[in-house]
Amino acid sequence: MGGTALASYIVRRLLQTIPVILGVVILNFLLLQLAPGDLATVLAGEAGGAPKEYIDQLRQRFGQDQPVHVQLFNYLRNLLVLDLGYSFRQSAPVLELLLKRLGPTLLLMGTTLVVSLLIGVVMGLLAALWVKTWKDHLISVAAIIFYATPLFWIGLMLILVFSIKLDWLPTSGMEDVVAFNEGFARVVDIGRHLVLPTVTLSMFYLALYARLMRASMLEQRGLDYVTTARAKGLTERQIITRHVFRNALLPVVTMAGIQFGSLLGGSVVVESVFAWPGLGQLAYQSLFARDFNLLLGIFFLSACLVVIVNLVVDVIYVLLDPRIRVG
Amino acid sequence: MKLFWQRFLGNPRVIIGLAWLAMVVFVALFANVLAPRDPFSIVAVPFIRPSGAYWLGTDSLGRDVLAGLMHGARTTLLIAVFATLAAVAFGTLVGAIAGYYGGNIDDVLMRLTEFFQTIPSFLFAIVLIAVLSPSAMNLVIAISVVSWPPITRVVRGEVLSVKSREFVQAAIVAGQRDSAILLTQVLPNTLSPLIVTGSLLVATAILVESALSFLGLGAPNQMSWGFMIGAGRSFLRDAWWLVTVPGIAILLTVLAINLVGEGLNDALNPRLADL
Amino acid sequence: MSAHILAIENLTVALPAWSDRKHAVSNVSISIGTKEILCIVGESGSGKSIMGKAILGLLPKPHVRATGGRIVFERRDLLGLPEDEMRKLRGGRIAMIFQEPMTALNPLMKVGRQIDEVLEVHTDLKPHKRKARVLALINDVRLPDPERIVNSYPHQLSGGQRQRIVIAMALALEPALIIADEPTTALDVTTQAQILHLMKELQRAHGTSILFITHDFGVVAEIADRVAVMRHGEIVEAGSADDVLRNPQADYTKALIAAVPGLKPRLKDAEAARPLLVVRDLEKTYVTAGGFGGAPRRVTAVNKVSLELGRQSSLALVGESGSGKSTLARCIIGLEVPEGGEILLDGARISGLTRNQLRPYRRDIQMIFQDPFASLNPRQRIGNIIALGPMIQGVSREQAIAEARELLSLVGLKPEAADRYPHEFSGGQRQRIGIARALAVKPKLIVADEPVSALDVSVQKQVLELLNDLRHKFGLSMLFITHDLRVAATVCEDIAIMQRGVIVEHGPTAKIFANPEHPYTRSLLDAVPGKEWINALP
Repeated sequence: MGGTALASYIVRRLLQTIPVILGVVILNFLLLQLAPGDLATVLAGEAGGAPKEYIDQLRQRFGQDQPVHVQLFNYLRNLLVLDLGYSFRQSAPVLELLLKRLGPTLLLMGTTLVVSLLIGVVMGLLAALWVKTWKDHLISVAAIIFYATPLFWIGLMLILVFSIKLDWLPTSGMEDVVAFNEGFARVVDIGRHLVLPTVTLSMFYLALYARLMRASMLEQRGLDYVTTARAKGLTERQIITRHVFRNALLPVVTMAGIQFGSLLGGSVVVESVFAWPGLGQLAYQSLFARDFNLLLGIFFLSACLVVIVNLVVDVIYVLLDPRIRVG
Repeated sequence: MKLFWQRFLGNPRVIIGLAWLAMVVFVALFANVLAPRDPFSIVAVPFIRPSGAYWLGTDSLGRDVLAGLMHGARTTLLIAVFATLAAVAFGTLVGAIAGYYGGNIDDVLMRLTEFFQTIPSFLFAIVLIAVLSPSAMNLVIAISVVSWPPITRVVRGEVLSVKSREFVQAAIVAGQRDSAILLTQVLPNTLSPLIVTGSLLVATAILVESALSFLGLGAPNQMSWGFMIGAGRSFLRDAWWLVTVPGIAILLTVLAINLVGEGLNDALNPRLADL
Repeated sequence: MSAHILAIENLTVALPAWSDRKHAVSNVSISIGTKEILCIVGESGSGKSIMGKAILGLLPKPHVRATGGRIVFERRDLLGLPEDEMRKLRGGRIAMIFQEPMTALNPLMKVGRQIDEVLEVHTDLKPHKRKARVLALINDVRLPDPERIVNSYPHQLSGGQRQRIVIAMALALEPALIIADEPTTALDVTTQAQILHLMKELQRAHGTSILFITHDFGVVAEIADRVAVMRHGEIVEAGSADDVLRNPQADYTKALIAAVPGLKPRLKDAEAARPLLVVRDLEKTYVTAGGFGGAPRRVTAVNKVSLELGRQSSLALVGESGSGKSTLARCIIGLEVPEGGEILLDGARISGLTRNQLRPYRRDIQMIFQDPFASLNPRQRIGNIIALGPMIQGVSREQAIAEARELLSLVGLKPEAADRYPHEFSGGQRQRIGIARALAVKPKLIVADEPVSALDVSVQKQVLELLNDLRHKFGLSMLFITHDLRVAATVCEDIAIMQRGVIVEHGPTAKIFANPEHPYTRSLLDAVPGKEWINALP
């Protein structure tokens, strides 16, 4: 497949994301309708905080006395030009707040994705190679326990052990703000802060990928092309590395894409446990300030993130699997 | 059928899982008898370590942790089970219709399912509860709203594969009506994966309920495991048991359900178990 | 001694404890001479495939393993060979060709690279030398444009092309022996003829020995030098192809050969008056979503097809996969909605009706399905399955079940079978149940879609005979869909040959066999494996 075909595929996939984004906007609007009070008061944060003029201005902007579909249209128009409104609780435009928190969340997501995929795939691969031995059972038991562990609890347990009892790693935040670290020292500091949240968030997903990878490896190993490879005189190792591994990886890649949304959801819990200054923590704060405008903004941005990640995953999939090209 | 029970109950993991679940269900059913007092009532001084009088100690307000755990089991299980039932009912309906009728109906329904699967579901549940206000009913609604897509996918996939089998075509050729074909020919053959997915969904629902309660979005005035951890987290340094104990309860219960669910799967699909 | 390339001596292969037999192969001795094609023939479960796999040590470990005997190849016992030595033989001195070309290749690897791997693991050739060899091999197996083929992925090739790739892979190192496990079973009959021809030609050119495993005596007649017939893990008869095929000694071999459908065309009883089924200008097109960036593709499955079927007569619709024969049948039975044309049953137009409007006609037209394992609902009792049709037509439940019991004895099963579930029956028995179900509403026309293609040849014969009996007993008409000209000839007086959605030739079986007019019909007839031998059968 040439670069142009891939480019046209990406464009087509981008077009497909439009309905999803629109759907999220409509969902946001419906949620606002469900909330007690009219759109403007809900958006402004109901229990005061916003000056009356602003509420009136909002009312006018959404056309409070207009029919619902006009309100929806106005709401859509605002979101599409990325006008997400103003948060009176935080005294800042919502978009600015979101962009400030995006970096830390992306950092946490990125490390978690890499750690959970790498370790999960390796664990699943090893378990499949050692199938039905004690090593396989050990990995499988570890995976099923990780899979059943509540994120927020394991986070607290890790803090208890590694921060409070052993004092190896910091309990919260993204960096030691009073230390005024710069350059490499700052990177190390952020890295140290990153360890526990990443481990916490990775556990569930690495268990998921490990189980999927193991099952996928075992399934692939029973297929005809593996017998062909064996009949060609390849060693078991060559069969695994050249043939089985790549085929077995495909469902894991798909799953990683599907799970990204839930990973973002998990970040709300983890960020609030570790006071990680990302979108999740902001969601937690806005939740209790009943700052719906901000909360819905976070939801909207998260959904956009998921859509983008899914697009990337699809492109990776196309590169991995030649069968997709002909459709 | 006999073979199924042999395989199912002959699996030690299943027995362990079932034993723990039986105990949790028993405690949840008889929480009022086992711990007659309101779990929110103050029974002693705060921060008593686990000891003879209070097996699991007391919390920051002097409430009995064991009593909380028992009543919490009831809340958590009830919400998880009802949320799962609702998700299974809705997911099956959507999946069956999409898979059986195919074409445009399928397209629309699956786009909708994909949409709900794409959006960050936990965040959606949070927003939903924040908007609806926290209550047991709204928890059930929120959890089921974010849990039905996998059920729909499983049912649709099964219905599609069963539908293409010749016995369904034979029923069409015999002149059986769509609704009758769906109910008597197709759905009975999709039951086993549905049971497996459904049982595993209870575990996910418990995790979601606990996380929501932990964040303070749980049912108000009802003790739950997630709430206990959320309330105890500020005292992690001095009263470790407040967080540790309910967490272990969640972990073991979710683990037990997963063990039983996988045992079900292995017993219903013996081909995979042989691998 | 030197005449033998491989000698199997008293080989026994054990099955796992939970199987219905103890041994897949028991105490088998057979040898293959140099430059010889030895065919192992047997029905499913005869142990022929397991024996082939045992030679290369490819048995599904640990459950199935060789427990006794020797397999001597080039003076070494393969059963005792260390894994390392065995691996050097695989793909080197002994190569293997598998049944399913769809799945035998890694879908994510270019086919050139997959052939190249054999050279890479067994030789020290430099990459450019290997590349030249791969291109030469692709040329050897008569694939066009080798430069393009090496860079193709398996899904970009047809079934026949893939099988040629697998053959090229097997030939890569000029092995002394090739084990071919049903290499043409998954292919269309014309492709099968080409592949058989190719294998024979390459075998002659390279002096390779071939152990050819098959279930089809026609294929045996086409290719074998020597034959061994297997049943229940034992060899019941072995000898030169001529002897075994023309003068079988063992009863089992005789029965198998007798069950091979002959090419003797069935003759018309009498000319029917008013036709029962009329199809006029029928059209059916499938629209599939295109690949990304591509427009949706339209595939015309049935292109303006017209045909007639008389009362109490039978018509075989013959074609290869993708010819549209099944789609046509599904349109007639009302499982697909055609876009154009019309279907008349007994003068009444049944095309364009809704499912509800079609219901009254269901008593006149019924269907027998291909796959006996998929055509019965595993969760319903046989009695209920058969009684469903009559009950929908308004027969009371008691009466419908009572009639189901009678039908069961009519198709050669016990009436008590009505109370049992499908999994308790074998493939052949299930197909009898499927026939009973089709007959339950006493139809005038039965559409049978490849009803015997999933069955072993001996069972196939019984089911075909049963169908024939019942057809006369009930005065039925039958539209018989098949890919197999031999089966068509045994069952039907008339034949319609379909290719790419069009009926290219239509007429009495005898006439078409004697004097095929369309080139495609001629190529189909030429491709029937072992046709000279079949024609010479008594």
